[in-house]
Amino acid sequence: MVGYGLAAIGPGVGIGLIFAAYINGVARQPEAQSRLQTIAILGFALAEALAIIGIALAFVL
Amino acid sequence: MTIAGRTDLAEFHSPGPADFDLPAIVAGITKPMVLYVLAALVVFVFFYAASRRAAVVPGRLQFAGELAYNFVRNGIARDSIGSADYMRFVPYLTALFFLIVVNNYWGLVPLLQFPTFSHVGYAYGLALLTWLLYNGVGIAKHGFGGYLKLQSVPGGVKGPVLLLIVPLEFISNILVRPVTLALRLFANMFAGHLLLLLFTLGGTYLVFDSGNAAYIPVGVIAWVLAIAVGFLEVLVMFLQAYVFTLLTAQYVGGALADEH
Repeated sequence: MVGYGLAAIGPGVGIGLIFAAYINGVARQPEAQSRLQTIAILGFALAEALAIIGIALAFVL
Repeated sequence: MTIAGRTDLAEFHSPGPADFDLPAIVAGITKPMVLYVLAALVVFVFFYAASRRAAVVPGRLQFAGELAYNFVRNGIARDSIGSADYMRFVPYLTALFFLIVVNNYWGLVPLLQFPTFSHVGYAYGLALLTWLLYNGVGIAKHGFGGYLKLQSVPGGVKGPVLLLIVPLEFISNILVRPVTLALRLFANMFAGHLLLLLFTLGGTYLVFDSGNAAYIPVGVIAWVLAIAVGFLEVLVMFLQAYVFTLLTAQYVGGALADEH
């Protein structure tokens, strides 16, 4: 359990950075929101995959 | 979950993966199987009813159907696959998206309250379908060797670094993709439902079974948190269906792409 908590730090930071960049981009260019949104969701999914693998392993091991 | 030195408490069993192994209803038919078929029926009936009497001026139901269809068609398929040949995949993507959405929301419907994809087998099935689809269209377009080259040799890389890049690209594009696709959906549903279980059961235990009046407010707080997690789940369930469909479209688009 503690191990999974530690493993969730990395993806948490990553997701935070992704959305920070997305907010920045929309603030600078509001008309680019639709294109940025797809990329942001995609990046969020990819970063989240690491946390997901962690939780799967926490229940397997 | 017992407190040291307090043996008069009733034992609290924290929920775990075992709570997801429901007994069979009749003859090996389990609850997730029934829900899965039910979700397929719901999606089919909705779109059939919406498109049965297609009029130029849509009614309310037809308008809802068109809205749902357009969301997948323009928001997911066209942006990811490209406007040249995305129409072939729109039926599959639409069916996939709404099947996953309905199946996820079974986790919040009273009396059903079981997200189908918290059993990993269902997610594996859909990921296998997606894997066959994107590899299939890629091989059909580029030929077997050309497709392998497309998926494992990135453009603009030369020299000895290819020895490192090619196996990595091959593993990540062919082998890891379906696994992460399935596990992402499964683990989100599983973890979310487990959180709901934990907060509701924990609150019930603290209020009714702990035998200590001081724990009652804490149990009420746990119930409030369960409601909050439920709202979070509404968001997560939609988002996971969206991500699954979006990634399927991206993989198909990548398999169809010309040499980059």
